[in-house]
Amino acid sequence: MSDLPIDIFTIIDLIIMSMLLVVGIALVRLNNLFAVVMLYGVYSLLAAIWFVSLDAVDVAFTEAAVGAGISTVLMLGAMLLTSREADPTPVLRRWTSFLIVAATGAALFYATLDMPSFGDAASPANSYVGLQYMHHTISEIGMPNVVTAVLASYRGYDTFGETVVVLTAGLGVMLILGIGVSGGQAAPSAPEVQSKTAKKSKDVSVKSTENHHIVLQVIAKMLIPIIVLYALYVQFHGDFGPGGGFQAGVILASAVILYSLIFGMEETRRAIPPRFVQIGTALGVLIYGGTGIVTLALGGKFLDYNVLNAHDPVHGQHLGIMFVEIGVLVTVASVMLAIYYGFAARYRELKDQDW
Amino acid sequence: MDFVLGHFNYWVVISLMMTGLYVVISTGNLVKKLVGLGVFQTSVFQLYITMGKVAGGQPPILVNLPELEAQAEAGAEHGAELVAEIATEHSAEIVPDPMIASGDQPAEVPAGQPLDVELSTPTDLPEVTSLPSEAFDPLMGVVYSNPLPHVLILTAIVVGVATLAVGLALVVRIRESYGSIEETDIDEAEYKTAGQGS
Repeated sequence: MSDLPIDIFTIIDLIIMSMLLVVGIALVRLNNLFAVVMLYGVYSLLAAIWFVSLDAVDVAFTEAAVGAGISTVLMLGAMLLTSREADPTPVLRRWTSFLIVAATGAALFYATLDMPSFGDAASPANSYVGLQYMHHTISEIGMPNVVTAVLASYRGYDTFGETVVVLTAGLGVMLILGIGVSGGQAAPSAPEVQSKTAKKSKDVSVKSTENHHIVLQVIAKMLIPIIVLYALYVQFHGDFGPGGGFQAGVILASAVILYSLIFGMEETRRAIPPRFVQIGTALGVLIYGGTGIVTLALGGKFLDYNVLNAHDPVHGQHLGIMFVEIGVLVTVASVMLAIYYGFAARYRELKDQDW
Repeated sequence: MDFVLGHFNYWVVISLMMTGLYVVISTGNLVKKLVGLGVFQTSVFQLYITMGKVAGGQPPILVNLPELEAQAEAGAEHGAELVAEIATEHSAEIVPDPMIASGDQPAEVPAGQPLDVELSTPTDLPEVTSLPSEAFDPLMGVVYSNPLPHVLILTAIVVGVATLAVGLALVVRIRESYGSIEETDIDEAEYKTAGQGS
């Protein structure tokens, strides 16, 4: 194709891949859980950069928001609630695992010999339905971001199922950990929490956060509206650029998580009551499924948005995708918050020396 | 050299996958196990995205939108069947379903060598797919990467974090019940309670 055997993109790919490998090996060798969790965040961020290099901008967006953001926060939370240090692995177990992994790896390496070459436009994966979506999106859906079109319209069933899976996972966490609806019941130090809720909000924020957090508080107050605004931009600009309900939901949730990290859980519970979050988890799926029911009622098929506008099917598609993406936004943001509330409800009061 | 460059990504992805698997198998710490699972999961994402990359392509967000829309409208004015006809015609060429093809001529397929038949179909594909781009190109000559893996992986990432949260919640509960998140300690505690119960 080109004169040089290796072009600049290959070099970038190689650098990112070697960094991923280094982080992976460091993950194996470390036993300090804090380091392991932080390295996992680094790993996700590197993966996100690689996704950009591989043209998957929507995926990179999601991976950066979810992998490096929410996942790391959740893992840190779980680590704080459990232990800080992993026991070193016994030598025998280490070698047995290595043998198993080496055998599996060798089999997979052998399998790659039959794989199409990297970047092959004519490979089976790139030839069939993916190409069809590229060709038909502009006339059938009429929006530039093909990923959003496929996600919300062509494969609306899949996405509906995945939204339900997210809801189910959120329900699971709420059932296992609770969400802290009934005040301090779930928290280990119930009397302390109750006495705090009795006080005024200002007292709580001053007491639970040290003086050196004032800078953080000021900055966060300025940042949070911008983060929320950005989430809405990502939501409604998803038809034209990278973005959509999944990313926007996670960003919206992370704005609330930032608020709670700096102003404390009590404040956050007052601002966004767990009851709202619980309702939101189901409401999003309801909006998504309701859109499908409306299309059925209008004489179309389930999630066939063409019927939403009698005169212009393309406009109907736009409407349908907007409703569906709002449903995804509500469910994803609520579930992420529910999960976070669930973990946060388990904390005893965290002090600086705990670190 | 071309073969190595063309398959190097897969090998790195598999190495990462095995790194994750090793962590899952070897460590007894449940939080670290979940981190290993996360690494494994991310490497699967990378495998999918790697396969969807088209050399020289760009992200699947359509550029030169006005021209494309004009083209689509012109197609609608001249009779939608023109575009549809060309599209379906080519889609028939683009999608030579190997299952149907082999189903049409079962007699020609030697029963003893099914592998050869499967291997020969991909080599036919490049010539077939290169045809429509010359005659009719709905994308106006711009090369895009495959959007389908992106859609699958985008939702998988969010589902992944939700399920990870369920796993972490279970770990937290295990810690509350057993006072440890090391497999060996949990096994011992289980053994003791089982002994007391009987």
